[in-house]
Amino acid sequence: MTATEHAPPIEHDPTDHVHEHPSDAQYVLIAAILAAITALEVATYYLDFFKKNFVALLVALIPMMIVKFGIVAAFFMHLKFDNKLFRRIFITGILLATFVYMIVLFTFHVFSH
Amino acid sequence: MTDVAVHHDPAPGEHGWTQTGVSNEKLGMWVFLGSECLLFGGLISTYMLYKRTAVKGPLPHDLYDIPFTSVSSFVLLMSSMTMVLALSAIQRGDHERCRVWLATTALLGAVFISGQVYEFTGFVKHGMGYTTNTAASSFYTLTGFHGVHVSLGIVMLMSLFMMSLRGRLPQQRSEVVEIVGLYWHFVDVVWILIFTVVYLIP
Repeated sequence: MTATEHAPPIEHDPTDHVHEHPSDAQYVLIAAILAAITALEVATYYLDFFKKNFVALLVALIPMMIVKFGIVAAFFMHLKFDNKLFRRIFITGILLATFVYMIVLFTFHVFSH
Repeated sequence: MTDVAVHHDPAPGEHGWTQTGVSNEKLGMWVFLGSECLLFGGLISTYMLYKRTAVKGPLPHDLYDIPFTSVSSFVLLMSSMTMVLALSAIQRGDHERCRVWLATTALLGAVFISGQVYEFTGFVKHGMGYTTNTAASSFYTLTGFHGVHVSLGIVMLMSLFMMSLRGRLPQQRSEVVEIVGLYWHFVDVVWILIFTVVYLIP
């Protein structure tokens, strides 16, 4: 007999896994925040300051893009509330893609032109 | 205020039990989305590599209509909200509202695709076809692949809508809506990257 066969039956506590998801009103609020960030992103296209200063444009746009990505993944895709395994799988995919293609782009001197 | 969904893990041998403790279907979707990061990473990198290379013809950047694409981006972003509201509705057992939100999501997706078709048509009229130059090819491949993903998402959403209409989408199977929702939100986050990297950064 194996240890598994002697293992006591698993008892299920009703409060075992409680996932707190945002309410509908909170989802609407999150969407409004995303829309506001998008408006800020688009505003950079019209401002002369960003047209003349490429580094400032990158400094403004990249963090906004990451924040929007994070908000959708965390709240709409429920990564903030769900099993950590999903988060690990998704982040592994993102990091692997970033790592591999940054090497490719550096190899082809994309950032040096 | 938050909605609390109490979930009981099935015991070994019971229907739905998995060794990982999570749904196999949901795990499968996350693994698929993880692999999709590499696909879109490759397409975005290729665009970055070729975006300035043109022997002839206009470059994509010369033809972008940022106000128009901004509206398209907003539409796709809002479709993510309606998708999550559809999931929330079915988890409460509100099937009618779930169908309304599913149909709205599909409609917003269709508006986005129509916008893309309109944009592509305008580009071709301005002399930038698929084979005009490498920049155009990489642009059409990247945004076209994304468009195909959105189109597949619309098909999935309409399938869910029809299933719900025929009473084949009970509250207990809300995970199906969640899995399609994951795919839809992924398509949205990919567009968040494309909008910034391809359209807004010159």
